[in-house]
Amino acid sequence: MTTTNGAPPDAADLRKRVADLVAAHDPATTEQTEFLAARFDAGLAWVHFPPGAGGLGAPRALQTVVDAEFERLGSVPTHRDGLSIGLGMAAPTIVAFGTEQQRRRFLKPLYTGEEVWCQLFSEPGAGSDLAAVGTRAVRDGDSWVVDGQKVWTSMAHRARWAILLARTDPDVPKHRGLTYFVCDMTAPGVDVRPLRQLTGEAEFNEVYLDGVRLPDSLRLGEVGAGWKVAQTTLMNERVSIGGRPEPREGGLVGVVSELWRTRPELRTRGLHEELLKLWVAAEAARLTKERLRQQMAVGQPGPEGSAAKLSFAELNQRISGLELELLGTEGLAYDDWTFRRPEGQDPLRRGAGFHYLRTRGNSIEGGTSEILRTIIAERVLGLPAEPRVDKNVAWKDLPR
Amino acid sequence: MSESEPNLLYSDIEQELRAGVRELLAARCPWQSVLGRVENDAAEVTDLALWRELAAMGVAGLPIAEELGGAGATWRESSMVAEELGRAVAPVPFLGSAVLAASALTAVDADEEVRSLVSDLAEGRRTATLAVPLSTAPGSAFPALVRAGDRTLTGTVPGVVDALNADVLVVPAVGADGPGLHLVAAEETVRTPVVSLDLTRPLTEVRLAGAPAVAVASGDRAVGAVESALVAGAALLSAEQLGVAEWALRTTVDHLKERTQFGRPLGSFQALKHRLADLWVSISQARAVVRNAAGAVASGSPDAPLAAALAQAFVSGVAVTAAEEAVQMHGGIGFTWEHPVHLYLKRAKSASIALGTADRHRGRIAELVDLPPAP
Ligand SMILES: Cc1cc2nc3c(=O)[nH]c(=O)nc-3n(C[C@H](O)[C@H](O)[C@H](O)COP(=O)(O)OP(=O)(O)OC[C@H]3O[C@@H](n4cnc5c(N)ncnc54)[C@H](O)[C@@H]3O)c2cc1C
Repeated sequence: MTTTNGAPPDAADLRKRVADLVAAHDPATTEQTEFLAARFDAGLAWVHFPPGAGGLGAPRALQTVVDAEFERLGSVPTHRDGLSIGLGMAAPTIVAFGTEQQRRRFLKPLYTGEEVWCQLFSEPGAGSDLAAVGTRAVRDGDSWVVDGQKVWTSMAHRARWAILLARTDPDVPKHRGLTYFVCDMTAPGVDVRPLRQLTGEAEFNEVYLDGVRLPDSLRLGEVGAGWKVAQTTLMNERVSIGGRPEPREGGLVGVVSELWRTRPELRTRGLHEELLKLWVAAEAARLTKERLRQQMAVGQPGPEGSAAKLSFAELNQRISGLELELLGTEGLAYDDWTFRRPEGQDPLRRGAGFHYLRTRGNSIEGGTSEILRTIIAERVLGLPAEPRVDKNVAWKDLPR
Repeated sequence: MSESEPNLLYSDIEQELRAGVRELLAARCPWQSVLGRVENDAAEVTDLALWRELAAMGVAGLPIAEELGGAGATWRESSMVAEELGRAVAPVPFLGSAVLAASALTAVDADEEVRSLVSDLAEGRRTATLAVPLSTAPGSAFPALVRAGDRTLTGTVPGVVDALNADVLVVPAVGADGPGLHLVAAEETVRTPVVSLDLTRPLTEVRLAGAPAVAVASGDRAVGAVESALVAGAALLSAEQLGVAEWALRTTVDHLKERTQFGRPLGSFQALKHRLADLWVSISQARAVVRNAAGAVASGSPDAPLAAALAQAFVSGVAVTAAEEAVQMHGGIGFTWEHPVHLYLKRAKSASIALGTADRHRGRIAELVDLPPAP
């Protein structure tokens, strides 16, 4: 799949590959899954992935060239609901730690959207302190038997596969006794129960794992190396937010600005001030994202990625709060309390009350804002770490 | 790069220039010498010798065409230099001469006198400034503090930046036939130093009593020249504020790694760590906003007024917070005269009022993007 002389392809080469692909599969008439499968086979899914894994071993920066070229030639990626865990987190982890066989099995249907993924990390007793997970995986011949309870698992009800963090050795300190698996969500003993959220609907779930048998071929990385593998997932989770460039007033700030323009009777002086402050903050956050994109495009990614999630969360919360206040009487109403799955709905089109409630999750999901601040302070600014009381204590002896 | 967004990165040439400027400032303008200068007479605060050295590196004339003695670069490079001048709280007439005056003069029809002045400014042989109160925001009404008579000007302008040591004043004035822009030899005016909050950026009250003046623009041209100077000023001042904020964060982080209390380095306490992480996030955002403003002003984009207003509305607050947090987290040392942090606090707070407060700039944004106020 590489060029004839074996060197990784350059930008011109990639543009030609995109053009050839589009010529062979007209995006206007080809069914989406089929088109994506062809794109994967051509190595144009993630150009920096190795050949055979949806890539060409090209520099990561060239992905933007490929995306832009597809867009120019009429293949605009549509919103593919529910795939972000697979695309943003499972895929890079599988490429980094998976066997050849695992890459071949999982990456293509993950990319085309035929198989949805979820993340079985958090547990009732292990959220921010993720390395404390207690779900057990015990070896039994060629397979592992898994018992435990996971919680807040988005998409588990639609997922075919999950990335799973489980404890394989309780007698060593918490970070060292973990192993990372791919969990078959159709295996006997996997029980997914909807967990109703404060918005009324159920995006996420409780997942009970009761004697779930997983073949050793579903282990990702070495036994006991689960924390290292999980770090790759978590890093990609943070970076995957804030990837796509946005136009000015692209998100919630656009919704509120339009409301302000079209409903003069709602305007008050204090809210005007607040609106302008948030407009400025949103534009600053957007430009920061754009700057990050430009950095990636020239191959010098900066640490700004970790800032994006933090500021996005806070901003969305403030804007949605303003939206409700602006609506006054209408803000007292809620659009829909039905207990159901949110499938396929653009959250921006929901009501202001929903925006306000859902954005509370932005500062919790994918690592809380407090945890992100600690990461920035320690890894970016190089400030000394917090004293650790649990460092040399076997997991089984930790207070719970 | 997408075509609608300016390039928000620094070019290799800019980074080289930055290294050169930083080296010169480290050698010629350490904070101890800045502190020493502000304890002198008002007239000696501004370091004209340093300014000439910077000008010799091309710093004064970056956006000015080569045939006029400039470096033929753009406001983007100037903006990057402003960051370094902010980081060093350098007491040089950059804002008045290289930004406000130079920008106003390059927006008028250049006759011989203007051309020779512009090339002198670019090469650091003379300095000039725009005679408006430094708090004037872009988008304001044309300044009417000075009346134009028959080739003379009369009036008083308070709070003019970089005027005390300037050779020439570029004076907006209103006469019988409307707004105009005039050149006045500074020695023809009475200049009274103002005791300024920002010790490193002296302000002056300028009194003109029938001072002889040469008109260089009138009507819309004059109005446009003043406006474009204020827009460029706001954009470039935000870069300087970024430099101030970066200094404050870096210095505070270094201090908190060193200082121990309760048997731990202070930087290991989460109450402080999280505030510094927030500052770092705002500063990375400020950098994108500053680059955006510099790019818009450099290309003469119709977005420049919005980008400059955004920059002042956002970055000035970041710089003030960074400096205030720096004072707080330095504790008692930070409250002393001998520690440089107060110089930065004064620079940051003054700059947040200079060329319009954040509130003024948000008002301007409201006009520009059609988010009208409540009735
Ligand atoms: C909408 C949503 C979707 C989610 N989807 C998934 C999913 O698909 N898969 C999955 O595995 N998980 C998922 N989660 C779970 C999420 O990752 C955790 O909720 C999160 O990591 C926080 O853990 P916790 O809830 O146990 O809170 P806790 O860890 O108990 O934290 C409670 C509070 O204490 C603070 N805190 C904790 N530790 C520290 C510290 N060291 N210093 C300072 N403050 C601290 C936290 O910031 C928080 O404010 C989801 C959560 C939400 C809200």
